[in-house]
Amino acid sequence: MRYEKPTTVEAATALLAGQGARVLAGGTDLLVQMRSRVLSPDVLVDIKGIDATRKITKDASGYTIGAAVTGAELKEHPTLSKDWPGLVEAANLIGSTQVQGRCSLGGNLCNGSPAADSVPGMIAAGAVATIAGPKGTRTLPVEDIMLAPRKLALTAGEFIVSFKIPARPAHGGDAYLRFIPRTEMDIAVVGCGVALALDAGGTCTAARVSLGAVAARPLLVEDGAKALIGTKVDDAALAKLEAAVRAACKPIDDKRGTVEFRIDVAGTLAKRTAKIALERARKV
Amino acid sequence: MQERVKKPQFDVVGTRPVRPDGVDKVTGRAKYGADLKMAGQLVGKVLRSPHAHARIKSIDVSKALALPGVKAIVTRDDFADQASEFVPAGEMLINYRDVVRNILAREKVLYEGHAIAAVAAISEKAAIAALDAIKVDYEVLPHVIDEIEAMKADAPLLQEDMITQGVTPAPTKASNVAKRVEFTLGDTAKGFAEADVIIEREFKTKAVHQGYIEPHACLASVSEDGSADLWTTTQGHWVKRAHCAKLLGWDVTKIRVTSSEIGGGFGGKTVIYLEPLALALSKKAHRPVKMVMSREEVFKSTGPTSGGTVRVKMGAKKDGRITAAEGEIILQAGAFQGSPVQPACMCAFANYDLENVKVIGFDVVSNRPKVAAYRAPGGPISTYGVESVVDELAEQLGIDPIDLRLKNAAKEGTKAAYGPKFGPVGLVECLEAAKESDHWKAPLGPNQGRGIAAGFWFNIGGETTVSLQLNEDGTLTLMAGTPDIGGLRASLCMMAAEELKVDVHKIRPIIADTSSLGYNFLTGGSRSAFSSGMATVEAARSIVKQACQRAAKLWEIPEEAVTWEDGEVRPAGENAGKHKPMTLSDIGKIAGKTGGAIVGYAAISAQGAAPSFGVHIADTEVDPGTGKVTVTRYTAIQDAGRAIHPSYVEGQFQGGAVQGIGWALNEEYIYGPDGKLQNAGFLDYRVPVASDLPMIDTIIVEVPNPRHPYGVRGIGETPIVPPMAAIGASVRRASGVRFFELPMSPPKVLKAMKAAGKA
Amino acid sequence: MAKHHVTTTVNGDPVEYLCESEQTLLDCLRDELDLVGAKEGCSSGDCGACSVLLDGRLVCSCLVLGVEAEGRSVETIEGMAQGDELHPLQRKFLEHAALQCGICTPGILVAAKALLAKNPDPTETQVRYWLAGNLCRCTGYDKIVRAVMDAAAEMRGA
Repeated sequence: MRYEKPTTVEAATALLAGQGARVLAGGTDLLVQMRSRVLSPDVLVDIKGIDATRKITKDASGYTIGAAVTGAELKEHPTLSKDWPGLVEAANLIGSTQVQGRCSLGGNLCNGSPAADSVPGMIAAGAVATIAGPKGTRTLPVEDIMLAPRKLALTAGEFIVSFKIPARPAHGGDAYLRFIPRTEMDIAVVGCGVALALDAGGTCTAARVSLGAVAARPLLVEDGAKALIGTKVDDAALAKLEAAVRAACKPIDDKRGTVEFRIDVAGTLAKRTAKIALERARKV
Repeated sequence: MQERVKKPQFDVVGTRPVRPDGVDKVTGRAKYGADLKMAGQLVGKVLRSPHAHARIKSIDVSKALALPGVKAIVTRDDFADQASEFVPAGEMLINYRDVVRNILAREKVLYEGHAIAAVAAISEKAAIAALDAIKVDYEVLPHVIDEIEAMKADAPLLQEDMITQGVTPAPTKASNVAKRVEFTLGDTAKGFAEADVIIEREFKTKAVHQGYIEPHACLASVSEDGSADLWTTTQGHWVKRAHCAKLLGWDVTKIRVTSSEIGGGFGGKTVIYLEPLALALSKKAHRPVKMVMSREEVFKSTGPTSGGTVRVKMGAKKDGRITAAEGEIILQAGAFQGSPVQPACMCAFANYDLENVKVIGFDVVSNRPKVAAYRAPGGPISTYGVESVVDELAEQLGIDPIDLRLKNAAKEGTKAAYGPKFGPVGLVECLEAAKESDHWKAPLGPNQGRGIAAGFWFNIGGETTVSLQLNEDGTLTLMAGTPDIGGLRASLCMMAAEELKVDVHKIRPIIADTSSLGYNFLTGGSRSAFSSGMATVEAARSIVKQACQRAAKLWEIPEEAVTWEDGEVRPAGENAGKHKPMTLSDIGKIAGKTGGAIVGYAAISAQGAAPSFGVHIADTEVDPGTGKVTVTRYTAIQDAGRAIHPSYVEGQFQGGAVQGIGWALNEEYIYGPDGKLQNAGFLDYRVPVASDLPMIDTIIVEVPNPRHPYGVRGIGETPIVPPMAAIGASVRRASGVRFFELPMSPPKVLKAMKAAGKA
Repeated sequence: MAKHHVTTTVNGDPVEYLCESEQTLLDCLRDELDLVGAKEGCSSGDCGACSVLLDGRLVCSCLVLGVEAEGRSVETIEGMAQGDELHPLQRKFLEHAALQCGICTPGILVAAKALLAKNPDPTETQVRYWLAGNLCRCTGYDKIVRAVMDAAAEMRGA
C-alpha cells in the first residue's frame, strides 16, 4: 500500500482517480477497517495536506468547514457552537475524546454508515458538500450523498473538500440527540437532528428534521418538518412530529436494536430534540 | 448474633502505603505480556475457523511453508493426542483430551475462532500471508448455540461419544449434556408443604467475557537442547508450565516460565491458548516466537463465562422463614465440557440457613468458545436467580428485603446445602451494615428504584511457596509465585513488615519465575493474598527464629534465652540487659559470619480458606421513553475477614460491582443464525465506561478468618455475585416491571414496560 | 515499496524511524522505538490504552499512521515524569490506589493530563465523560476519578 499526502485538490483528485485509492482524513473508521481487512486500499490519499480541508471560515452566508477538520476543532471554534450547537454536539458524539482529536465531518459521512452521528446534524442544518473531482467542483446537499450502506453519490476521483453551513436564521436553533445503550462509545441506535426557525411571534417558519440509524441511509423527514412549520411547536405539533418520524423509519433488527425499538425511540427522541431546538431558537 | 471481633492494633496491616510496583505502572515501565522483545524473534499467528461447526477433512500447509519469511507451522499433527484426564484450573476442572483439541482443532472445529494452525514468520505481513495460504478442507456441519436447544434429542452433536455423567443408569445414547450434578439437604416436598407463599421463576443469562484490557500474549524461546523460556501473561505460571509440558511431552524442568505483569485476568488467564503453540513453533523455527492475540481473537477464542438457564422455586412462611428451595441450573460449557455448573449449584442457596434444599445442574456443550473461569465462576448466574426470587418473596410477603434475609441468613454453624458447616462468617454483619447505611435510608427521585442482594464465594487455599531473604543491610527481598493482579505485592510486603516490624518500603517483592521457587498454584479463587500471605507470614517467622539463633550464637547464650520483641532480638531471662538488642539490620550484617544468608522459606498447602459474603445496594433510574437503565448510586458491602490494604480491598469491591453492572445491563455474546459471534470487539461488547457510572461506595466488614494469621478471607470474587439481582430488584421498583433475563438492555426494558403499560 | 523515513519528536527528543504505510503510530512507538508504555488493547480506538498526545491533542495511537507523525510532536507516558519527579497525576494515582492491574493506566494518565491542560477544574461528570474512551476493567473507575480530581485540585493550588 502507498501513502500519499497531496497538498492541492488537483493532485488529490488525480491520485483518487487511480485504482484502489481511498481518502484518509481522520482515519478513525478507515484504519479500523484496514486492520480487520474489510478494506485493503492500494493507495491512501491523506487529504489533510490540503489547506481547504483543514480550516473553518465564516462569512455573511455562513460557515465553510473543511472536510478533515476534527470534532475537537469544531468544538473549539469561537462561534460555531453558538450558531449551530446541534451540529457541533452531533459531531462531538462521534467516539471518544481520543477519536474527537481525529474524526471529521467528511470521514463520518463518507464512511457510509447510516448511523453516523454528524450526518443528521448536518442534514438538519442544511449543509451542502463541496465536492472536487477530475472534472471540477460541484455541490450536493448532504442528504443526497449517502445512497446506501457504504455507497456514496461520489464518482471516481471525487472527494469532499468542505461543507457549507448556512448562516443561522435570526430566531433559529438546532439540536441533535442520539440513543445509545451506554453513555458514550456506542454507535447510534437512533439519531435525530432538528433545526428550526421562529418568527418574532414564536411561530415556526422553517424546520428540517433528520434521522440516523433507522433506514439504509440518513433521512431528511419532510413530514416531520411539516408537522412543525406554522405551529408554536406545542404538544400537538410535537405529537404530529413523533408520528411523522415513526412513519418515516424503515429500520432493521440487528445487534444494536430491534425494529420496534428503533421506531419507538425515534419518535421519543424527535420530540426531545425538537424541544431543545425550540428552546435554543427562543433564546437567540 | 455474633459479636464483632475487637480489632487488634497493627502497625502496618490496615494502612494504605503506596504499592511497591506502583511507580513502574504509572511511568509505563512495567512489562506486560506483549512488552518483551528478544533478538531475532518471529511473529506467531493463528489460523482460526470461520465455521461454527465443521469436520476438518484436510489441512495443507505446503504452500504457506514455501512462502518467503515463513519459518514454521504447527497443526494438530504436531501434538500427540491426550487421554481423558481432569486437572484443576482455578476453581474449575479441565481435561487434557479437550485442551489439546482446543489449542488446535483435531477432528472438527467446534466454534467460530477455533484454532487450526499456527505460523511463525519474520514479520506480521509474512505471517498473515502464510495464514491465507493454508488450505483447510471443511465439511460444514449443523451447529447449535443455545444451551436448551443443545439439550434436545435431535440437536447436532459436538462430541459423538459424550455420555452424560452423573446419571444412573448411564444413558446409552450420546448427547451434548456432559454432566448432571445434584446437591440435596432435607426434604423439599415437606418444606414446600409448610410454605404460605411459593414463587417459581425461570431466568436466562447470556455468556459474558472477562474483558481484561490486555489480550493474551507470550514470547517463547526454545534452545537446541530443549530448554525453554516462556514469558507470558498469566494468572499461574506453574500451572501453565504443567499444561505445556503435558501437551508437548517435555520435562517440566525444561520449561522456565516467567509471568509478565498481567493486564487483568478475572479467571480468563488461568488457561492456555497461545503458549504451547509458541513453544512448538520456537522449537521448530530455532528462534524466539512472540504471539499476541487481537481483541477479536480474545472475544471469539478465549473463555467467556457461561450463559445459562436458571429455574428457582422457593417457599416461605408468612413470617418470612424460608421453608424450602429448589434450583435447576443449566450452563453453557462452550465447545468442551466443564462449565462452572458445580460451583453455581453450590453457591445458589449458600446465603441462607435452610433445612430443605435441592439443586440440580447440567453442563451442556454447544458451538461456542470453551468457557473459562470468570470471577466467582457460576456464582453470579445462580445467585441472580435465587436473590431475585428472594426479593419477590419479600415483596409478596410485605417484608423488608433486608429483614427477610436477616431472618434466613447463613451464620456460624449453618450447614450449607453443598456440605460443610460454616465457621464465623459475616453475612449478618453485612446486612446490618446495609441497613444502617446512609444509602439504604436515602430518598429516591422519580423513575428511580432501590434494590439489594447478597452474594457468597467459597475462596480457596492450595499450594503456595514464598521465599523471604534478609539482606546484609537489614532490607528484605520477597519472592512470591502468585501473579500480582491488583495489589498483591503490597499486601504481602505489609504482612511481612507487620511480622518483622520493618518499614514496608524496605521489602522489595518480586513474582518469581518457575525455576526460582517451589510450586505455586495460580492466582484464582481469591487465594493469593490469603495463601501467599500465609506463606509470607510463615517465612517471616522463620526469619525471626533464625535471627534469634544468630544472636544467641553471637552472644554465646542458649537460643531459648533470646526473645523477639518490638522488632528486636533481645537477651531474655537471666541474660536480660547483658547484651545490646539487635535489630534485623544488625542481624543482616552478621549473617555471613554466623552461618550464612538468612532466608525464610515457606512451602505450604494453605488450608482454612474462609468464605466471604457481600451485600450490594443499587439505585437505578429508568427512562420510560427509551427503557434505558442508569445506575445512580451503588454501595458494595463485604466481609473481608481483615483488609490488609483497605484501598485494594475497596478496589476489588468496586471493580467486581462494575463488572456485575455490565453483566446486568449491557454485556452479552450475540450470535447470528450462522453461529458466528456478531460483537467481537469493545464497540459492541459493551463494558461499562466511566461516564456510565456513579462512585461505587464501599463498606468493609471485618469478621476475621480464625484460620489465617491476620484473619484474611479471599475478597476478589464475591463482589461480582450480588450486582445482577440487586440491579434487577432496583429496576423492578424503578420501572414497575420485574425482569427475568439478562442483560436488561433498553429494547427489552422498553418492550416490557410498554406491555405493562408503564412506558 | 520502500519504507517511509519519518522524522519526528517524541517526548521532546528528535527521533527518526522507518515504517511501512500500514504501520500505526502505536506500532512505531512500540516496535521501532521500544516505547512500550502505550498498550494495544483493541486496535480499534475503543479502549484508549494506546493514548498519546499528538501536537498536544489526545489521540489513540492505534488510529494514527506512523507516517502521519512526520514533523509532529508526540508525547507518551514515558515522558510524563520529569526526572525523579512524578507528575501530580502519577503521584495521585499511587496515593489513591487508582490502578489494579495497571494496563490501562498509561493511557488514562495521558488522557487525564490532556484534560487538565484544557480544564484545570473539571467536575466529576466532565472527568467521567473525558475518560469514557479509556476502558478500565479492574477498578470500576471510582478511584481513578477521585485521583484525577485530587490531582487537579493540587495542580490548581487548591
